[in-house]
Amino acid sequence: MDKFRYERPLIKKLESSMPNKFGMRTEYAPKTHIDGVAVADLISKYGSPVFVLSEKTIRSNVRKARKAFETRYPKVQFAWSYKTNYMDAVCRTFHQEGSWAEVVSGFEYDKAIHNGVEGSKIIFNGPDKSDDDLHKAISNNSIIHIDHFDEFYAIKEIATNLNITAKVAIRVNMDTGIYPMWDRFGFNFENGQAWDALNKIMRSDVMELVGLHTHIGTFMLSPNAYSVAAYKLAELAIGVREKYNHEVNYIDMGGGFASNNTLKGGYLPGVDISPSINEFAEAITSALINSNFRPDKLPLLILETGRALVDDAGFLLGSVLSNKRLSDGRRSTILDIGVNILFTSFWYDHKITPAQPFTQYTEETVLYGPLCMNIDVIREQISLPLLNKGDHVVIHNVGAYNMTQWMQFITLRPKIVMIDIDGKPHVIREGESLQNLLDVEKVPEHLEKFEL
Amino acid sequence: MNINKNIAVSDSGFVFNPTTGESYTVNPIGVEIIEMLKQEKSINEINQVLIGRYNADIVTIDKDVSDFINLLKLYSLIENQNAA
Repeated sequence: MDKFRYERPLIKKLESSMPNKFGMRTEYAPKTHIDGVAVADLISKYGSPVFVLSEKTIRSNVRKARKAFETRYPKVQFAWSYKTNYMDAVCRTFHQEGSWAEVVSGFEYDKAIHNGVEGSKIIFNGPDKSDDDLHKAISNNSIIHIDHFDEFYAIKEIATNLNITAKVAIRVNMDTGIYPMWDRFGFNFENGQAWDALNKIMRSDVMELVGLHTHIGTFMLSPNAYSVAAYKLAELAIGVREKYNHEVNYIDMGGGFASNNTLKGGYLPGVDISPSINEFAEAITSALINSNFRPDKLPLLILETGRALVDDAGFLLGSVLSNKRLSDGRRSTILDIGVNILFTSFWYDHKITPAQPFTQYTEETVLYGPLCMNIDVIREQISLPLLNKGDHVVIHNVGAYNMTQWMQFITLRPKIVMIDIDGKPHVIREGESLQNLLDVEKVPEHLEKFEL
Repeated sequence: MNINKNIAVSDSGFVFNPTTGESYTVNPIGVEIIEMLKQEKSINEINQVLIGRYNADIVTIDKDVSDFINLLKLYSLIENQNAA
């Protein structure tokens, strides 16, 4: 006789407290396949844990975003935010879809050049641009978004020495009615700093003001804040035209659109409250079209959207290492996925589902990672089916900021696999080995030998 | 090990403890274990029954049954665990 499918025994106390009025469903619907490839096969072939990216989802996201803006505004350009995910395969997918590169360090700048992006299609943001970086960017005709006056004077000196006109914009920070206001980057709109910078640029004979840039925050849930920001940049651009008879080529609204992740402490899931790309597009393009730009002189609209285009294209697959019972009776489950490779678990309550079918029984569980560190908590509380040792789980919406902010800490960083549009998986980053780390370490001669 | 004999267990997995007034839900394998505890079967006997019925190894079953019995104890559904 065939034996029955095993499920571990469960007893759950029925609480008489108020039920959740939103009636949240538990997330036990299994995610067994990604783009037609079985999760079990991916783990069997590439190991556990493993990051998996869907090329199909990336392309679909960027096309939807372009459509959202291009149907509302005549001139739109996306620039891929390298810091969000700078795996070459990911960057090149965006470049194939027509996105320029948006970088915030010399390292990212070199990566964009290595990926074959023309210098003039690289936007160089951020507060950290060394003289060497600026020299390279000016020589390559790249667009430099000036963050502070020290950078302005460095550009002036380098461009003078090179006898090249540097293409520049300024980053503008402003009050858009949201908290916290990001005033640490760029020049402030309200206190006149932005105009100071614009006046200096317009009076310089080695700089050409080509655009205006802002980036009002991160994981923004309010499209209206973008509308305010777009009006303010338009006001600056029109002021420059009136004062200097100079038209800026573009308005760069930066990024910061929310994805479908749920921020820690959020009352409702991100998927229910994050505005759609259409709502952001409507807010920004309406503001620009309704401003005092002449209809035939509308500037190019640049968007540096990162998270909203790649987050849902990334999955992290892992396995259960053990189940334990905590002192107060709560279930805890240890995964082979730690905060060292899932940096965003510090900000989000990630959606986590099993990779195989279960019954309807679920249990409140604390999900820990494998690190021997108390901070290694993936979810403080989640309702999951009765997982056993060796069962697989899928962590959703991990495409943004994990493959760039992950740490080599205690364990080695795993492989990254991308599934192409035909459903074929490709390793796009090998798993780290001990040798990778030893290659960059050096031991002084007097420490080479020891006896125990 | 004495399970509280007053506990009412329905086939659908609803457990009621009349002493405290508290209720619980139990999955089918949990109901089986409670019924066997009522029949005063030892943990070893319970493990043997389950291994014959389900496709799991003895290590998994032993670990999960112990954990389940500890929870019954935490909920005061078992009076003592000396007979294990």
